[in-house]
Amino acid sequence: MRFLRRAWALAAVPTVSILLALLLGSLLIIASSLATEKALNLLLPLVAYESLLQGATGLSFIDVTSGAISFAPSINPEQAGRAITNTLAAAAPLVLTGLAVGVGFKAGLFNIGGTGQVLVGGFLAGLVGGVVANQPVPIAVTMAILAGALGGALYGFIPGALKAFTGAHEVVSTIMLNSLASFVIVGLVNDILKIVGPTFARTADVGNAAMPIVFGRNGNLGIFIVLALVALTYVLIYRTPLGFEIRTVGANPSAARYAGMSPRKLIVLTMTLCGMFAGLAGAFEILSLGYYPAVFGTTIGFGGITVALLGRAHPVGILLAALLLGAMRAGAPSMQITAKIPIEIIDVIQGLILLFLAAEAIIRRLIRGRAEKVTPGELGTVSRTYGETTV
Amino acid sequence: MEVLFGLPILGFVFQFLAYLIDAIFTTNLTAQTLQLATPIALGALCGVMNERSGIVNIGIEGMMLTAAFVGFMAAVVVHEAMPVDRGAFFGATPALIVGVLAAIGAGMLVSLLHAWLSISVRADQIISGTVINITALGLTGYLNRLIRPSGSAGTFDTLQLPGELYDLPLIGWILRMFLSSGPITTSVIIFVIVLQIMLFRSRWGLRTRAVGEHPRAADTVGIDVIRVRYRNVILGGVFAGLAGAWLTLEFNASFQNGMSANRGFIALAAVIFGRWTPIGAFGGALLFMVSEALGIAIRSNPPPGDLGVFLSGIQASYPSLYNNFFGALPYLLTLIVLAGVVGRSIPPAAVGQPYVKEGAT
Repeated sequence: MRFLRRAWALAAVPTVSILLALLLGSLLIIASSLATEKALNLLLPLVAYESLLQGATGLSFIDVTSGAISFAPSINPEQAGRAITNTLAAAAPLVLTGLAVGVGFKAGLFNIGGTGQVLVGGFLAGLVGGVVANQPVPIAVTMAILAGALGGALYGFIPGALKAFTGAHEVVSTIMLNSLASFVIVGLVNDILKIVGPTFARTADVGNAAMPIVFGRNGNLGIFIVLALVALTYVLIYRTPLGFEIRTVGANPSAARYAGMSPRKLIVLTMTLCGMFAGLAGAFEILSLGYYPAVFGTTIGFGGITVALLGRAHPVGILLAALLLGAMRAGAPSMQITAKIPIEIIDVIQGLILLFLAAEAIIRRLIRGRAEKVTPGELGTVSRTYGETTV
Repeated sequence: MEVLFGLPILGFVFQFLAYLIDAIFTTNLTAQTLQLATPIALGALCGVMNERSGIVNIGIEGMMLTAAFVGFMAAVVVHEAMPVDRGAFFGATPALIVGVLAAIGAGMLVSLLHAWLSISVRADQIISGTVINITALGLTGYLNRLIRPSGSAGTFDTLQLPGELYDLPLIGWILRMFLSSGPITTSVIIFVIVLQIMLFRSRWGLRTRAVGEHPRAADTVGIDVIRVRYRNVILGGVFAGLAGAWLTLEFNASFQNGMSANRGFIALAAVIFGRWTPIGAFGGALLFMVSEALGIAIRSNPPPGDLGVFLSGIQASYPSLYNNFFGALPYLLTLIVLAGVVGRSIPPAAVGQPYVKEGAT
């Protein structure tokens, strides 16, 4: 009972935010039916969310085949297996980009450079993967993944070092690095690294470096690596001296300095670690795809911000939040087919979830329970130090 | 000069300088820079209005994008309802004017959301801005895909004064350099000057700065901190809205997903570079965007001599890399300037901190 109360206190604000976002999203879907069906369809949200759920889990609660809607819970085991595998595969990189933002929060840093770190990590993984394509699988996969991690780490190190030694705020510098990475990589792939054959510009096949499939059609090794990393990150942040230092500098940089810690060192280290997580996410995406396409429009970088905030910057929360967003991504295509709603609706719902999370003071008043604050306290440090140039 | 051009490697530098001087004084590099710097400068004015009163606004990007979409859609709707001939003044049509007003309205509305979240709800201001950016990107992307607007209301024309004016010796040259753009670009210079004077010479400016530096003290002398902050954030939205209008009604004639292309963040860098003054931020915007203007100039009209041959060689061998290098330049330059120059800038003291009246809970 006590455990349940504690769990509710932690999950209340995120849960209510998600429900309100879905509610507001359903109003948007009803309005959208004016454009897609030329008439208001009040049942469209039900159809849309139902197909979203079915695409993500294989579960079905209502039957909409004959125009009338009836309650008919059913599950197709084969479809469920496929759907859940899709959800897990979509969630894995989001956990990593979520950690890339969440671990930064812990040190009072706001890493919005996930997109660039994903691009650089994925690009290097694809490049190295192409080179080691004919090596034995364990060697090829390890080298490609490590290349991705290294690329991301380097691309996180840059804004970390800039902040620590020049005072350039990471909110601006990481965004500049995002744009920079996408321009430069497109040019490199188009002019130097593309292979002859495919109709669009892309790098060579990664061959044996492709993400090994462990179960189902796309249940890849990455899912297990991600689980291990979540556990490791938890231990690092909450059970090691370094984690303590990171949390201290996030909570109060000057206190950390007086206690003999080096905020500069911690900022560089944390940003590098964050970049490594995002770089790994990029590596997993590219090694699952099998090559690096010149135009790699990824949204998992920004998705990581939602994941980290929804998961209150805690590794376990990040895992759960990524599962939710992963399910939405996995289910969205079937929703688009069934309800004719553009797939981008999940981006809107994601934004709405964040909106309600931001207004959590209102939500806490609304539910009147013992709901806990969601916003990580260290974020205060980010806002307070915005524009400051000394570390 | 010819001797200098012939030097190994260093010769390239001199050739480039000669090209640069030529570009500034004879071709339209200045006008082009001014035009490209407009959304950055407007975004930066929004940032100055916000941050001077103590509110961090990293949502300028999302405000611009929303305004660009709303302005474009409004213009298209009006244009289809009444396709009118272009007016003499900047080629303005009712559609374009309604579009600009709608964009401003959208900018103010999103700003109101930011103000409410940061001032009344006392949400984390960085989060509030992030929410605005992510929601704006998602919502405009979704609606653009859903509605698939087919038409376009066109764009404003550049300023056309009577021909004789351009023939005047000095005035003609100044007109060509600085006043040969659309209405939004042209008005930016006025906004910057007015805001600079207002911020440092008016009662509003003094109150704004007081609230941003020491809200408690401002409150003690009877300034309504909450009201000043609300007003500044919402008025800042006017500039973000205009920047959005520039994107779809002056520079382009269509809307593309994510077309603000991180300009809102370059604007934030311009605010920091300009040390929270309108004129300084404008200078930052010009500095960051001169690289893009120069890139366009070099690509359309390569420099003469060895340098030109060298650049054309690269362009022929690596066309995409060549183009993308120039595309990346403003972002790279912003990053370098931010890291190198910022060292000495000090933000308004109370920036980022919600204000709680004493005794209130």
